[in-house]
Amino acid sequence: MLMRLSVIIIPALIFYIVLNGVLNRTDVYDAFVKGALDGLKTVVTVLPTLVGLMVAVGVLRASGFLALLSELFGGLTEKFGIGAEFVPLLFIKMFSSSAATGLVLDIFEQYGPDSRTGLLTSIMMSCTETCFYTMSVYYMAARVKKTRWTLPGALLATGVGVAVSVVMAMFLQ
Amino acid sequence: MLNYIWAGMLLVGILYALFTGNMEAVSNACLEYAESAVTLCITMAGAMALWVGLMEIAGQAGLIDQFSKKLQPFISFLFPDVPEGHPARGFIATNLVANILGLGWACTPAGLKAMEELAKLEEDRGTPGYKKGGGEKKDVRAASDAMCGFLILNISSLQLIPVNMIVYRTKYGSGNPSGIILPAILATCCSTLAGIVYIKMRYGRKRGC
Repeated sequence: MLMRLSVIIIPALIFYIVLNGVLNRTDVYDAFVKGALDGLKTVVTVLPTLVGLMVAVGVLRASGFLALLSELFGGLTEKFGIGAEFVPLLFIKMFSSSAATGLVLDIFEQYGPDSRTGLLTSIMMSCTETCFYTMSVYYMAARVKKTRWTLPGALLATGVGVAVSVVMAMFLQ
Repeated sequence: MLNYIWAGMLLVGILYALFTGNMEAVSNACLEYAESAVTLCITMAGAMALWVGLMEIAGQAGLIDQFSKKLQPFISFLFPDVPEGHPARGFIATNLVANILGLGWACTPAGLKAMEELAKLEEDRGTPGYKKGGGEKKDVRAASDAMCGFLILNISSLQLIPVNMIVYRTKYGSGNPSGIILPAILATCCSTLAGIVYIKMRYGRKRGC
């Protein structure tokens, strides 16, 4: 049911945006082409980082280190419905979104995107942010040293996101 | 940050392979994963072009400004001590809208501007640590309530459509790549709601905690 409703969202959004553009007399096609070029530029900029990070994840995976991590923490997390293979991702996502992407792709390749871990990964990655990275960049901009109650709040929100993702993943499968 | 993570991943991985005797697998993995990064970017290119193109239409048609205006009451509710009409409000709204629409390139600049404006607000208020010209050394610059709240909101993530995730799912043969949209929205709402409750609990309490 949830999966089926999801299918409508993208076409509906395209419809709404284009209709709104036409009604506002925007040159919709010109705007689209300009934006599409920007999008492609982003992909090209991302490529080098992606190569670097995927190789790093590949090395970790092939060396057996990821398996070791999963074994160490898996017993604990499995009680909460989180598969051991998910554990490394949970850590890395806090620090770097692109590093996490490498792990996500690895999980998809190993277990498939529609497995329980795959679904959990998809949802969890969509509902959390890189907490420590965002905090350091934003507070650097304001030159703030003491972050007061930012971290507890951020961790709380992230925790709730993960918990709901776990429930959703079980529900979907 | 990424410097250490990346170097750490590679160094730990290769050292560990030395102990476990998986060196050959590591050697193969390097080339394999480098290749799949490129294939992924090629798959991703189409969806990214489509998405950013659509967002450009939305931007030119004034849809993003429109949404930012509608967010103002919400901002008054969350950040009561940021005066109406203050530039920080505009940037906060733009950042939130960009977040919701998944416009990565638009949210960070607006977010950083919002933080700068919030710092200026504290400067005008004469909060210790924010005095012009640096002030006294012992005054450490502490985040204002508005900054804490804004960041929590940001980190709780409000993304409407996780475009990247859908693309990755397609690439790895999911039977229903966009099937995660609604569950993800629900999860996002819950985490953001938890963030908002927490912000409301802490906001306006005295400093130093």
